Amino acid sequence: MTTAARDNTQARITTRPRPLINEYALTAALFLLPTFAFLFIFVLWPIVDSFRLSLYKWNGVDPNLTFLGVDNWTRLAKDSVFWRALRNNFIIVFLSIIIQLPVGLALAVLLDTGGRMFRFFKVIYFLPLLLSTVAIGILFKYIYDPYFGIINATLEAVGLQSLTQAWLSNPRIALFSVIAVICWQYIPFYMVLFLASLTGIPQELREAAYIDGATENTYFWRVVLPLLRGSIITAATLSLIGSLKYFDLIWVMTEGGPVNATELMATYMYKKAFNSFEMGYGATIASALFIVVLVTALTVYFPLQRREEDIAG
Amino acid sequence: MKTKITAKSVVIFVLAVLWLLIAFVPFWFMLLTGFKQSLELMTRPVWALPENPIITNFSNVLANRFFRFLTNSTIVVSVSIFLVVLISSMAAYVFARIRFRLNQPLFALIIAGLIVPIHVTLIPIYLLTTRAGIYDTLSALIGPYVAFSLPISIFILTQFMRQIPYELEDAARIDGCGPMGSFFRIILPLSRSGLVTIAIFNAVSLWNEFVFAFVLTSSPSTRTLPLAIWDFQGQYSADIPQIMAVLILSALPLIIAYVIFQEQLVKGIMAGAIKG
Repeated sequence: MTTAARDNTQARITTRPRPLINEYALTAALFLLPTFAFLFIFVLWPIVDSFRLSLYKWNGVDPNLTFLGVDNWTRLAKDSVFWRALRNNFIIVFLSIIIQLPVGLALAVLLDTGGRMFRFFKVIYFLPLLLSTVAIGILFKYIYDPYFGIINATLEAVGLQSLTQAWLSNPRIALFSVIAVICWQYIPFYMVLFLASLTGIPQELREAAYIDGATENTYFWRVVLPLLRGSIITAATLSLIGSLKYFDLIWVMTEGGPVNATELMATYMYKKAFNSFEMGYGATIASALFIVVLVTALTVYFPLQRREEDIAG
Repeated sequence: MKTKITAKSVVIFVLAVLWLLIAFVPFWFMLLTGFKQSLELMTRPVWALPENPIITNFSNVLANRFFRFLTNSTIVVSVSIFLVVLISSMAAYVFARIRFRLNQPLFALIIAGLIVPIHVTLIPIYLLTTRAGIYDTLSALIGPYVAFSLPISIFILTQFMRQIPYELEDAARIDGCGPMGSFFRIILPLSRSGLVTIAIFNAVSLWNEFVFAFVLTSSPSTRTLPLAIWDFQGQYSADIPQIMAVLILSALPLIIAYVIFQEQLVKGIMAGAIKG
């Protein structure tokens, strides 16, 4: 179609007499209404309300709220437990990304080269994703149990008594014990994600690279890895945002203990709001969590996304 | 293709088996222990097979309101999924198919919802629920479940609906079919596999949801499965075989689904891996 002809059709469509009420606009409004109602009531308004509550002292029951101004926020700034929790959150983010992504990728490559032979392996590898986080937390609590757990029992059986530990009650290693479980839970997810991209790489590319004299190593680093860029960025983003929201597993395994060694922003918020009934201070921690996630998303995620578009475009 | 046994293939195989062990051993421990008697862990090695495999652990759990929790979970998840599929397909239709000035900004606003941590909303939603008088009922869970499932579902479905050829709708329009008609008669039927994907994705994540259920319900009669596991754990904390039986029974529904609908389920679970 020539440009002139297209303009012509365009003109014909737009100059068609319009009904009094545009049926499409009406449908759009009607169809979006339930979505925005739900998001307003259960997402947007609660965020605003958290910030509002952060200015008060309140036990959650008393009809009178005591206005504090920014006192909760100054308390938060000086609260060493909060900073500890924030640090723990970022340790989880960091270790999650540097452990889960490479191991997930390695397993995907393994399954990809193994081909059909490894179908059974793939079925088993996926199993952890079917358990609820609560179930995983409880299961590993007993796996880590110093007396009846399988880790210490196995270490003893192979003569490594010196390595046996109270895995979850030693403050120096509890966080790492929990991170190991997080990795166990999510590595299969990244594995399947990478496997999907790997199987999407056309076989011709490998042949072409080999004809050009590439070795298996150079093929992986120079051809495969760049092609996986998109999936790696997706995985890192999911891992980043997911790790900042962590709660269930830690709550079930340690409740943030021993002595705040595994405290996260979310567990600390829960304890303050629902265990010690400091709703105002709890809301302050919740608002801080929101700010941290937002700032992280804006600084890490969107620039990455833009670069990605530059490369694609 | 000929199979050659090379050093490389041996290394690959060994690594594959190693991860197989890491992935499977916790399940094995769970299964093994679930059939033991409660004192057996103290008297015999943890790795030993059950001396006299018993099923009383399982029957205890089943007799202890397990079906109540299963029913609760089923009700909450089904109602939520029905609403999510309906509401998100309507919104996705608008974003994918109707052109208007606010289309892009509104879509971006909804996608921004993906990063909101549920914990930020927990206190206000808890207060809202108590004020509305639905605290400790199953309906308290449905609002937040639907709301937090919408952004990702709308995102996935919008991508899906954009790929349906426009000619179909144009043809329908010539035949006098309005936007409503084309949604129900053309777009919705053609989006079936997308709807299935989001239904599975949300069903798995809601089936396992913990935080809202923990905060918004309190009595045993309104507990969903993940909460019931947590309660059982508190109740039997010293009886490890009993707890393993709870874990096995609660994991069973999804594992059975996995055995039957493997491809579909994997695809559904992986639908969360999107570039938001």
